[in-house]
Amino acid sequence: MDFLTGVFYFFSAVLLFSGFRVITTRNPVQAALFLVLAFFSASAIWLTLEAEFLAIALVLVYVGAVMVLFLFVVMMLDINLDRLREGFWSYLPLALFVATMLVLEMAMVLGARTFGLNIVPAPVPHGAGYSNTRELGRLLYTDYLYPFELAAVVLLVAIIAAIALTMRHRKNTRYQNPSQQVRVKRDQRVRLVSMPSGDTPTNQP
Amino acid sequence: MAYLQALFGMSWPLVWSLAKIVAIVAPLMVGVAYLTYAERKIIGFMQVRIGPNRVGYKGLLQPIADAVKLLMKEIVVPTGANKFLFVLGPVLTIAPALAAWAVIPFSPDLVLANVDAGLLYIMAITSMGVYGVVIAGWASNSKYAFLGSLRSAAQIVSYEIAMGFALVGVLMAAHSLNLTDIVNGQHGGFLHWYWLPLFPLFMVYLIAGVAETNRAPFDVAEGESEIVAGFHVEYSGMAFAVFFLAEYANMILIATLTSIMFLGGWNPVFDFAPFNWLPPIVWLLGKTGFVLFLFLWFRATFPRYRYDQIMRLGWKVFIPITLVWILVVGAVMQTPLAFLVH
Repeated sequence: MDFLTGVFYFFSAVLLFSGFRVITTRNPVQAALFLVLAFFSASAIWLTLEAEFLAIALVLVYVGAVMVLFLFVVMMLDINLDRLREGFWSYLPLALFVATMLVLEMAMVLGARTFGLNIVPAPVPHGAGYSNTRELGRLLYTDYLYPFELAAVVLLVAIIAAIALTMRHRKNTRYQNPSQQVRVKRDQRVRLVSMPSGDTPTNQP
Repeated sequence: MAYLQALFGMSWPLVWSLAKIVAIVAPLMVGVAYLTYAERKIIGFMQVRIGPNRVGYKGLLQPIADAVKLLMKEIVVPTGANKFLFVLGPVLTIAPALAAWAVIPFSPDLVLANVDAGLLYIMAITSMGVYGVVIAGWASNSKYAFLGSLRSAAQIVSYEIAMGFALVGVLMAAHSLNLTDIVNGQHGGFLHWYWLPLFPLFMVYLIAGVAETNRAPFDVAEGESEIVAGFHVEYSGMAFAVFFLAEYANMILIATLTSIMFLGGWNPVFDFAPFNWLPPIVWLLGKTGFVLFLFLWFRATFPRYRYDQIMRLGWKVFIPITLVWILVVGAVMQTPLAFLVH
């Protein structure tokens, strides 16, 4: 077993363990943190595949942004796990059915017939000058331009839909107008009153 | 060298890497210690005070005295705090602040890891610093700490987008993600550096860098007048010192990155004698020192932003500016004027 294989098995073990802990831990914040660990291990496995752009993008997008917002929400919720677990046994048969179907489908897709060693050979190691990022960019913007743009449009639609669904207009909301605030002059806020000075102030007792 | 190599045998690459890491981190820690001293002296000067002047000659030993004091203090874990996460918080804050230094080039061939995707690595690693703050705030079991961490997380995530876009401009100009290549792309005097063609991005990066490190005037995460000390209010002794170290290490990191991306890295200001006689690393450190001075200057002069104004600045001002300028750079690159942005 060479060094890279050892690295792969180590990160795979961490990935599986953290994935398991995500669904078994009682504390939602800890579950979110285990999910972060899972993303991190997955990114390390991608690095061993020389897919450094995907690996770093995974950390950048999922660990650096998505999971932070996730944690943000999870931390503010007061989640009562006992109430969440109330219907566990009644949902179990359906859940088991869905899980079995998922595992079967994955096995069919990822099985030896389609992903076996003789069909998908080990990737050829690239030389020092090879840049995964550059190659990926070239492919995305030439061969896969239309699928890429379609995906972008779908994402844009999803963003607009999410905003439209959650936006509520309230009549009595008061807004600040920062440019107006910045443009304010002294005369609009302060009034200088000239007061005639009275007698000379008497000394305090 | 050959003797040492024979001495360690198989483990030599590991030992050599460790030695290089120590050679980066140890000066960094000294730099952090004396940055606090410089901050107190410079702000003192700007506010017509004296600053530390008791320990050692002109107070030069003050940072060491502070470190010893913090080491001696007891670390109090609040009741009801999640002990494991409480300790993990500071660790997660300082780890990214140090790990990012792995790809920073100090001179043409002085770099720990000359990786191709250096810029991406920096962005990914620095984006993880927010976890320390979030976890520390939550694990403290304190409302002030929690509020501080929420503010800080929202602020860091917002400004990261603007910073990332600013770096996209650098990437377009340099045609590379490798930091050494980026500096080599700015070869020449100060008119060849990227601050000139990418001026709006430079300004956005500099200001977002201040916000990203939670420094004044963007330091609402620890706004004393509102939420005591923010996310680290429950930390004491060395645990607090680790947050402190991380903040200053991040400041030095952002200053170094600004010098590398926009201020020509190790290129001398004027590319003729006597300026190019100085060794390259002196120029890089000099520029870093200049940006750090700006950070301290900001703190001494600007009042703290209001929180909604911070968010407005990040989302409604900086992100549109960067997007427009990326478009401008992209358009210019398609015209005969492309040499302007290279």
